[in-house]
Amino acid sequence: MKLFRGSSGGTQTETPQSAQKLTRRSSGLGELSRLWDSETPLCVLDLGSTSPANIRFFTERSHRIYSEDLLVASTDPALVSKDEEGKVVLDSRKFLADNLQYPAAHFDVVLCWNLPDYLDESLVRPVMGRLWSVLKPQGMLLAFFHTKDAGPDSPCFRFHIVGKDMLEMQRIVMKREARRGPTGAVHTAITEGFRLQRVFNNRHIETLFRDFASIKFFLARDNVREVLVVR
Amino acid sequence: MSAPVSANLAQIGKSVVIKGELSGSEDLYVDGQVEGSIALKDHSLTVGPNGKIKASVEAKGIVVQGKLEGNLQASDRVDLRKSAVVAGDIVTQRISIEEGAYLKGKVDIQGKSEKAAGK
Repeated sequence: MKLFRGSSGGTQTETPQSAQKLTRRSSGLGELSRLWDSETPLCVLDLGSTSPANIRFFTERSHRIYSEDLLVASTDPALVSKDEEGKVVLDSRKFLADNLQYPAAHFDVVLCWNLPDYLDESLVRPVMGRLWSVLKPQGMLLAFFHTKDAGPDSPCFRFHIVGKDMLEMQRIVMKREARRGPTGAVHTAITEGFRLQRVFNNRHIETLFRDFASIKFFLARDNVREVLVVR
Repeated sequence: MSAPVSANLAQIGKSVVIKGELSGSEDLYVDGQVEGSIALKDHSLTVGPNGKIKASVEAKGIVVQGKLEGNLQASDRVDLRKSAVVAGDIVTQRISIEEGAYLKGKVDIQGKSEKAAGK
C-alpha cells in the first residue's frame, strides 16, 4: 500500500476556481442498476457530498436515500487526538458515535465512491466495519480506488448519477483562506478539498473487505478500479 | 437575501432566540434561533440565511437557507437552498435541493396515498 499521509503540504497546487465536471461510464454502477427497478423500495446510503442529482435519481424511483458526507465529517477538529506514541490520529470511536448511526442490516446499497482513498488512515477500517454491519445480507457496496499511477494530488470528486451506468464527476475545489494563527502570524489555510491518502493494491482491497461474501473488480481507463462487494 | 414580505407572514429576526414549542396558523420566517419544535400544519416555514433551528418541524412547505437540525415533515414540499445545512430526516411529497446544500439524513418521498394510509 502506498501512503501519502506524510507528503508535504507545500507541494499542493491550487485547483481552478470553477468546479470541473466530467462524465464517465461506471461498470460497477451498471451492475448495481438492475436493482433500481425493484418494486420494493430500496434503502440506499450515499456517502459522498450531498448530490441533488442522486437524491432525485432514487426518490423518482420510490427508493429511500440517506445522504451522509463522511469526508466532511472527518474534518471535525473534535476528532483529533494522539495515540500512545504521541502521533496525531482521529478518534474513530467518537467518529462512529457521531456518524453512520443506523440500525444493523438497514441498507440494500451503500455508495462509497472514492471515500476509502481520501479518508484518514485511522478511520478506514472502523468505517468499513460499520458499513458491513449496516448493510443487509446480500446488500452491495460500490467503492472506487485509485491505481498505483495516481499521485497524492489526484483530485477528489463528487459523483452524480446521470444514467444507469453514467456518472458526472465534479471536482471538489480547494479553497484557501488567510487566517491569523495563535502567534498573530497570518497563514494560508485550506478550508476545503481532500488529498489522496494512499493507494490500495488489490490484496489490500481484498483484506479491507474480507468480511464480505464476494468482491468484484472493474478496471477503468482513468487510473481507477471500481469495486463492488456483496455482504 | 431579505425576508419575503407577505401579509400573513410572521417573522423572527436574527437576534431572537426561542426555546420551546412553536405553533401557528400563518407562514413563518425565522432568521434567528429556535430550539424545540415547530408546527405549522397548513402553512410554510422559511429558515433565513442566519436562521439556526434545532427542532422537529412539521409544516406544509419548508424552505431552508440557514442551519436546521431535526426531522422535517412537509405535507407539500421542502426546498433546500444552496446555503442550507440540514441534519435530519426529511419526509415530504416533493423536494428541491440546490447545488451546494448540505444534507445529513434520509429523504423519503411520500405520495398522497401513502400519507393517507399513514405509512
